[in-house]
Amino acid sequence: MDQLLLNPGFPLLSTLIFLPLAGVIPLLIVKNDSFSRYWTLAVTTVVAVLSLLLITGFDKTTVKFQFAEYHSWVQSLNIQYVVGVDGISILLVILTTLIMPLCVLASWSYIKTRIPTFMICLLIMETAMLGVFVALDFVLFYILWEAMLIPMYLLIGIWGGPRKIYASVKFFLYTLAGSILMLVGIIWLYMANHYSFFIPDMMWVDYSFNHQILLFLAFFLAFAIKVPMFPFHTWLPAAHVEAPTAGSVILASILLKMGTYGFLRFALPITPAATVYLMPYVLWLSIAGIIYGGFTALAQQDMKKLIAYSSVGHMGFVTLGIFVLNIQGMEGSILQMINHGVTTGALFLCVGMIYERTHSRELSSATGVGKFMPVYVTFLAFFSLSSFGFPGTNSFVGEFLILAGAFKTNILFKHNIALGLAAIPGAVLAAAYMLRMLQKIVWGGTANPDQSWLTDLNIREIATLAPFLFFVFWIGLGPQPFINLMHSSVVNLLDQFHAHQGHALAAAELILR
Amino acid sequence: MNIQPGRDVQLLIALLVPLFGAVGVMVKGKNENLREGISCVSSLILFAIVLSLIPDILHHRTLKFPMFTLLPGVSITLRADAMSMIFAIVASSLWTIAVFYSMGYMRGLKEHAQTRFNACFALSIFGAIGVAFSDNLFTMYLFYEIVSVCTYPLVAHHQDDEGYHGARKYIIYLTTTAKAFLLPAMILIYVLTGTLDFAPNISTGIFPAGANGPLVIMLYIFCLIGFAKNGVMPFHHWLPGAMVAPTPVSALLHAVAVVKVGVFCTTRVMLYVFGVDTMNALNLGIPTAYFVGFTVLMASILALSKDNLKARLAYSTVSQLSYIIMGVALLTPAGIQGGLIHIVNHGFSKITLFFCAGAIYVAAHKKNISEMEGLGKTMPFTFGAFAIASLSMIGAPPVAGFVTKWNLLVGSIQAHQIGILLILIASTLLNVGYFAPVTFKAFFGKRPEGEPYTGIKEAPLSMLIPILIACAVSVVIGIFPNIMMQFVKAVTG
Repeated sequence: MDQLLLNPGFPLLSTLIFLPLAGVIPLLIVKNDSFSRYWTLAVTTVVAVLSLLLITGFDKTTVKFQFAEYHSWVQSLNIQYVVGVDGISILLVILTTLIMPLCVLASWSYIKTRIPTFMICLLIMETAMLGVFVALDFVLFYILWEAMLIPMYLLIGIWGGPRKIYASVKFFLYTLAGSILMLVGIIWLYMANHYSFFIPDMMWVDYSFNHQILLFLAFFLAFAIKVPMFPFHTWLPAAHVEAPTAGSVILASILLKMGTYGFLRFALPITPAATVYLMPYVLWLSIAGIIYGGFTALAQQDMKKLIAYSSVGHMGFVTLGIFVLNIQGMEGSILQMINHGVTTGALFLCVGMIYERTHSRELSSATGVGKFMPVYVTFLAFFSLSSFGFPGTNSFVGEFLILAGAFKTNILFKHNIALGLAAIPGAVLAAAYMLRMLQKIVWGGTANPDQSWLTDLNIREIATLAPFLFFVFWIGLGPQPFINLMHSSVVNLLDQFHAHQGHALAAAELILR
Repeated sequence: MNIQPGRDVQLLIALLVPLFGAVGVMVKGKNENLREGISCVSSLILFAIVLSLIPDILHHRTLKFPMFTLLPGVSITLRADAMSMIFAIVASSLWTIAVFYSMGYMRGLKEHAQTRFNACFALSIFGAIGVAFSDNLFTMYLFYEIVSVCTYPLVAHHQDDEGYHGARKYIIYLTTTAKAFLLPAMILIYVLTGTLDFAPNISTGIFPAGANGPLVIMLYIFCLIGFAKNGVMPFHHWLPGAMVAPTPVSALLHAVAVVKVGVFCTTRVMLYVFGVDTMNALNLGIPTAYFVGFTVLMASILALSKDNLKARLAYSTVSQLSYIIMGVALLTPAGIQGGLIHIVNHGFSKITLFFCAGAIYVAAHKKNISEMEGLGKTMPFTFGAFAIASLSMIGAPPVAGFVTKWNLLVGSIQAHQIGILLILIASTLLNVGYFAPVTFKAFFGKRPEGEPYTGIKEAPLSMLIPILIACAVSVVIGIFPNIMMQFVKAVTG
């Protein structure tokens, strides 16, 4: 309990979580398309504005969970309703709340059927996603984690493309399969911790080495599928390609972050010795993902697939940064999660805007639009540059920190720069596939299809993209406020980690000997 | 970004003038005269601001303007010192000349998409000025990449297969080398030293004493080949490929802005990141000089084989750029001075040559040297300027190139490098070999049968005047080398 900084006043976090859920009720009553759009936009905007209070009230000096709320829930099983944010989760919470209104805007004319139902799905998604990032009770976490699957399944399955059923089932099964083992891990932890689901109590307990390895693997599968790490990524391109724009944005910007968030929140504090032991494998798996994602993206003709595979590469950078286990890498990773949310989300919006006009995701049918949609290609150019880490944009800072961390890895890889150098081809490939896409869309070749009938972006579309561009440059040119928010928590995580990795490892060495 | 006393805001203004110029061009694109008026005014303002910095620099002041701090030791900061001035003066003065020239050229040929062309032109200068005024490796990398991206539309301007092919090669070479070599080099330098800021002088560098030698050597090699805009072989192929661009682009960007960004970055990093002491201690200088010496000779030999005038000039550029790096790599005062002054000398002379090539194309629609026999009598001013500028390339007095060659020869003797001396002499002979025939054929060659050159007259005045100005400057800085040498001498201290 002493890890919590209870919030005596207004229950801000609960309001954020449950406001979207409460917002569903009017939509059930009034089945009007126009009303449901404006209402959902209003609800998500209010949540976004309220979430900014988290920033203003956030204490950067403490490592405890802030704005915490603690209520009994299921007495007999010792399940509590506990929520709280720290430096690791706060940015993800803000990212979620800020993305949601933009998703509503992006679906304004894109979604044409069953609009109230669509909006209900978005609102339930928001509740579940926010809950996952702030839950501090494992049962609460697990319920919300699984709860996300259903609205997401519907988003893809109802409003998706031609192969929507295949994609949604694949998404559902993959994610579910991963989380089953996590459930086993949670129950083991429950029993090992005197029948408590309180997450902060489970951290830094020094479980035996063998138990840590098993726990790590159980959690790893769930998170690696969610990230997705190579070779667990195959559900992602299918889901992205078929999902409607808003679905792709939520998937890329927020859902993928839950895997990496899981590593930071659970794998490192609960199983530090196993993390160190298995770190080389995870690192090289990340490198494999970076390179594989890059090459595959380079070969795509479908714009959504291209960006989906680029996500595999980008998220490889994030896991790389987490598992180099130093301050630069970890801060870079958290920043890169936000960056990826901003940039890739924006890129999916851009693809959606072309799709709304041409009804095709093929790169070949979108060539040479630069002349007719100058505003659109200006946005697209900035987001593409950001995606491959152009200096002055958000992703550059994240990549810079992650690579600096990779060059500095001090456990196991003493003075070895091979790991960092191995990631560099990924950066080159990122430039290659993004510039290829940009070149085709803006210029094309000498045999472009006739694009003169295309209309440039309208005000609503510009308003959807503009906030993303704002963050691209804000994080790119002044990342310090963002890094300051997470700094204390990351330092504490690493300090604790280095204090605890030793015990179990020493025991392991005895066993292995 | 609050402006505090002591921040030299002129630098920010200098940087923003071409940027706002580009925006103005885009906004007012419909009105041809207004659009080009904006370009002209921006270029003149920029030139005036750069000139206004000279007194401070000559009093050995270093001007700085911090803009953004990304991480501790990584910031976007502008700085003007003697070395930046060398490049800033060249880039800004030649922009003014090139703006007038390109008006004549683009209108003369009735080119399409002139708004995009003018805007990207200004954006490239924005990048070049940013590189000149960068205070650290990150700022330099940022503007280096901006130049790469903003020149792509210029190279692909014609939007035909040849244009797209050349532009693709261009962007692949430049971004791949930057990502593959510069990015890791920059991050490793940051990890090793905790900062990316340039050292205050050329001797110390930023590496701590006892830094891991092999690692520093690796970083040095990464920087040398990472700045592929410097045209050092084997990563020089983008430059001849980029010659598909309209001639004003080839002139300003591929004789001045882009390639000089490359060599400026390379030499800046050699002197202000590694430093003369570190380079001497690790014995990096002389091997570099020989390494680029290969480019000097090889590119000249390739130039001999080209009949297309612009291609010949392109290979000549590849060769001449390596002079600059070679001079600096000698690490002797005369060598460094000779190398750096060549940024100026080559800039003015090579832009004259490219301007002439463009004038010949506009007036006579000729691209190949073999078709220009006897054309000199019809276009005496153009070919006269060409002859003078090619003398500068060869290194004959009293044109600018002689100053370079003198200093380089002295530098190679100071460094006791007979091999470098021989490379310089051989390259001079090769220069004569590929430049003299052009002038000779134009003035003394026989007009081909049945080609009376009727209807061909000198290029329009808006092209001819810039040619003559650039040519005159080449002669003036050859006769009065101290105009620019004072900055170079301030660099070596």
